[in-house]
Amino acid sequence: MSTGFFRQHVGEIATLTVEHLWLTGAAMLLATAIAVPAGVWLARSPRWAKPVIGLTNILQTIPSLAMFGFLLPLPWLGERAARIAIVALCAYALLPILRNTYAGIRGIDRSIIEVASALGLTDAQRFFKVELPLAAPFILAGLRTATVTSIGIATIAAAVGAGGLGELIFRGVASVDNRLVLAGAIPAALLALAIDAALGQIERWFKVSAS
Amino acid sequence: MSAAIEFRDLCFATPQGRRLLDSISLSVEEGSTAAILGRSGSGKTTLLRTVNRMVLPTSGEILLHGKSASAFDLIKLRRNMGYVIQETGLFPHFTVERNVGLVLEAEGRPRQECLRRSHELLEAVGLNAAGFAKRFPHQLSGGQRQRVGLARALAAEPDFLLMDEPFGALDPLTRAEMQDMLRGLLNRLKKTVLLVTHDLDEALYLADRILLLSEGKLLACLSPNEFIASREPQIEAYVRAFHRGWHNAAAEIQVSERRV
Repeated sequence: MSTGFFRQHVGEIATLTVEHLWLTGAAMLLATAIAVPAGVWLARSPRWAKPVIGLTNILQTIPSLAMFGFLLPLPWLGERAARIAIVALCAYALLPILRNTYAGIRGIDRSIIEVASALGLTDAQRFFKVELPLAAPFILAGLRTATVTSIGIATIAAAVGAGGLGELIFRGVASVDNRLVLAGAIPAALLALAIDAALGQIERWFKVSAS
Repeated sequence: MSAAIEFRDLCFATPQGRRLLDSISLSVEEGSTAAILGRSGSGKTTLLRTVNRMVLPTSGEILLHGKSASAFDLIKLRRNMGYVIQETGLFPHFTVERNVGLVLEAEGRPRQECLRRSHELLEAVGLNAAGFAKRFPHQLSGGQRQRVGLARALAAEPDFLLMDEPFGALDPLTRAEMQDMLRGLLNRLKKTVLLVTHDLDEALYLADRILLLSEGKLLACLSPNEFIASREPQIEAYVRAFHRGWHNAAAEIQVSERRV
């Protein structure tokens, strides 16, 4: 990539990277807000675990381009491309976060939970002081998988006009300009690697204090 | 002295209809220690867990200082009952001092008070607070973990102490040290203690009363001396089952001495 090309596009790459991060970040927040409480609920009512996790599994199998297409005609959602992108990315993120939250809470040693109750902790205290911290490394691992996958899928969101680094890729493909494709693909890959490393570090902190 | 814990015709059956406790009636004096003996599956742990309402009896009732256990607020009731189990159930993500102070923290006491009390208790159970407070449970030996578990149970100054095979997983020497420490503490603190154990020696050493359960029924509620001297066949069988190796070896020594 020539320096001239880079200089010409650096502003655009930066703007699109921020947009990409915003789409992914908003989708992850939304997915966490849905999947963590749902995972906790499933851990308490395990008979629902199979159907609910199965359902999120089906969501996962929908091809991403088709998912964006399905959401396009919906009222309110279809009005803005970013909304579609966030909802679609959120749908893909549900499974890893939900499954890991469920497994993380179910995996806690029963005797520890019992002792917490027997010592007179209220249900809320038991959850926030014991269950959630012990399940946190698992939940974070799920969030990490979901985020890295989302950064990849978010490039496709440009197909419905949601912006992000995918826009450079789509433009590059349309104009048969590999430099443009790389200008979108390389920052997206670096973003995924950086976020993977950062979340991995946070996960390790939790594991150290939980081991 | 009055009865601190009184079981009145207590029954518990599983939803499948298996009777784990069958008409248990007995009382435990305030400040005394009652050891609960019996085979695995005889209902010892279930009986213990009815007291802090971890298990709700099918019929009958439990009185604590004359008041029905079900009339107490559940959280207050449990905070007034220290609870120690074999695997201690220490919280792996908390330091030793936070484990010990957790009940106080849950009561909303200031952090400084939690820490001070936690350090006091560590010293009381024979652990040097400066050396142990900041460690995590996985950095402790089995005996040290049990000490922390006991300190945690005592944190909120409960009137009662419920112990479920607290020293069952320890080697005999460590177990003896722990029993000495517990005996010393109980002499000072005057708690009402229910101690589930498989170890007759432990029961004789620590308890004022020994209860023997069999298939959910209470067979005996006797003082240690009465228990050892009892001619009741099931109690005799239980006592005989202990120290068989020791009696055997002693008898062989006698025989070989006679030969010499």
